[in-house]
Amino acid sequence: MNQENLLVGLAGVLAAAAPIIFAVLGETFSERAGVINLSMNGTILLSAMGGFAVAYNTDSILLGFLAGMLIGALVALVVAFASITLKQSQVAVGFVLALTCRDLAYFLGNPYMGQAGPRLQALPIPVLSDIPIIGSLFFRQEAITYISFIAIYLAWLWIFRTRPGLMLQGIGEKPAAAFIRGANVNLMRYVYTVIGGALIGLAGPTYSLAIRAGWMGTISGLDGIGWIALSITIFGGWNPSRAAFGAYLFALLQWLGLVLQPVLTQVPSQVLQVAPFPLMILTLLLVNIGNAEWVERALAAMPETTRKFLSKLLRAMRASPPAALGVPFERD
Amino acid sequence: MLKGRLSGFVFQLLAFVLALVFVSLILIAAKASPMEAYKNMITGSVGSMRKFAEVLVTFVPLLLVTAGLLITFSAGLWNIGVEGQIVLGAIGTAWVFRQFVDSTLPAGLIITLAIFGGMAFGALWASFAGALKTFGGVNEIFGGLGLNFVSTALTLYLIFGPWKREGVASMSGTEPFPDHFSLPQLPDLRISLWALGIALVGVVIVYFILQGTYFGLKLKAVGKNFRAAYLLGIPTWQYSMYSFLICGALAGAAGAIQVAAVYHRLIPSISSGYGYLGLMVAMLINYQAVWAIPVALFFAALNIGSIQLPIVMKLDSSLAGVLQGVLVLFVLLMEGVRQKFVKKA
Repeated sequence: MNQENLLVGLAGVLAAAAPIIFAVLGETFSERAGVINLSMNGTILLSAMGGFAVAYNTDSILLGFLAGMLIGALVALVVAFASITLKQSQVAVGFVLALTCRDLAYFLGNPYMGQAGPRLQALPIPVLSDIPIIGSLFFRQEAITYISFIAIYLAWLWIFRTRPGLMLQGIGEKPAAAFIRGANVNLMRYVYTVIGGALIGLAGPTYSLAIRAGWMGTISGLDGIGWIALSITIFGGWNPSRAAFGAYLFALLQWLGLVLQPVLTQVPSQVLQVAPFPLMILTLLLVNIGNAEWVERALAAMPETTRKFLSKLLRAMRASPPAALGVPFERD
Repeated sequence: MLKGRLSGFVFQLLAFVLALVFVSLILIAAKASPMEAYKNMITGSVGSMRKFAEVLVTFVPLLLVTAGLLITFSAGLWNIGVEGQIVLGAIGTAWVFRQFVDSTLPAGLIITLAIFGGMAFGALWASFAGALKTFGGVNEIFGGLGLNFVSTALTLYLIFGPWKREGVASMSGTEPFPDHFSLPQLPDLRISLWALGIALVGVVIVYFILQGTYFGLKLKAVGKNFRAAYLLGIPTWQYSMYSFLICGALAGAAGAIQVAAVYHRLIPSISSGYGYLGLMVAMLINYQAVWAIPVALFFAALNIGSIQLPIVMKLDSSLAGVLQGVLVLFVLLMEGVRQKFVKKA
């Protein structure tokens, strides 16, 4: 593989990670506030279909993206209403929506199957795109990919460097304390779940109007991405920069699967395409195992130097969810 | 108490009506007549003996999966990995069959061994999700989802790798097994009474475990309050593990029947989404075993009835999934409304 092909491939990885980044950031906001939005897999499919349908009928790509965000926000609103106001299980409602929205996308998307529609064009940035290597990697992308770069930074800035972001951390960790400090916990949960849902809804049109333009129904290859994004949210430890790292890693692995196909001929291609999934479980295990009780006991029995090394390693990988994740908040 | 039950029934009926209205609106949005769609779904599922037999073919694995999930739900676990447990059941059964292709043992014995093999594989796969949860701190939802993807990869690997057809490997699956490896079917119909019997026995056993045994009582205690059960001396993690094993074995039996009585080979999507559908049935019946049979039958009828839609009305058959999902969603929402309403009253 020559250098040019490599650069094109890696630039493709950055683009392919963009929708996953939107989804993971959206889920991170929602879960930071204490609400698990398990509907993600269905939301992405429905917003991909809806975004494409709107862009196809109006010939406006912008309206397509907005429609996707609106769909994501509405689905998230159902999750928020059912879990915050009606106090039903977030997992149950989210799971049902994940399946229902997927089937709804297939049902309503039937007339749009295989239609040629508008798609986003690459938008090279003047001057910057001429820088060797860096230019072709970062600055010859589609507009939505640039937005994904900016979104990672803004999300990180919001959560860790602003006052409302500090409050957001509070309502996910210690809602009672945040309430005493004047936060309207349930209203904030609604707001962040809906905003997070809009971000998740942005992922759909990023597929159907940019990186995999069009709507192909069940063979779109989008079914399953939402579940991956959920695991990446955990891998990311509810931190936008680490979550983005996870998204890029996943996109890189999928690309490597494609590239290695001609080399590893004895492995069926269908297996290489799903190779990142087992790796995801492994990373989830590494992220979580530091929280397990028996690990602490096992560590305590080890010699000093091994213990120090291992516990440092585990702590570096470890991530704990917001303490009040999935727990309804009541005023008294 | 009576008032509570009555209001529960009224709200469920309301949820059912709302779901029908909602889906009718979707159908109108898709420029189709709701009445015609529902009529086609009914005639497509119970319109003839042959069609009803197809409904039963879907009902059998769905009921087994639902029965298994009632056990894990009782233990407070969200066993989303059930989908992969069905797949491993199918792989296990296919593996046993492959060992006996040239054997002279009686077919009945081989089929029995194959079904138990499938149950063992399903239980083993469930134990992975259980171990990840108990020893690795990985939530069973995420461990299970990951294992589902791995099970799909494993199926594809087998079909395109070591178990591939002579000549060309293809998405149509492995070489079909010889005829005598199939559970006996009714003449001219695809349904096997043996398969139906296994499913009914499965759900009765689960009902008995949950309603009539000390084990079931402890399992429910673990599910209701993990910490309190632990403090009362119930070995909580063992009980979680047992529930995974039972559910995995029942899901494995569903996969085994898919191979031994329906497809007679291993195909890429052998689980047909019955795992996720079973989760929906379990939620809709509010985890009550008595309701498993009628609701699983209803969901199976929707699945089969919707096959008519693309043929007759050029609509996508995913309408069945929409109807099932919207129904469960409205039942959950109305239950929330009822709780708010009853509390105030």
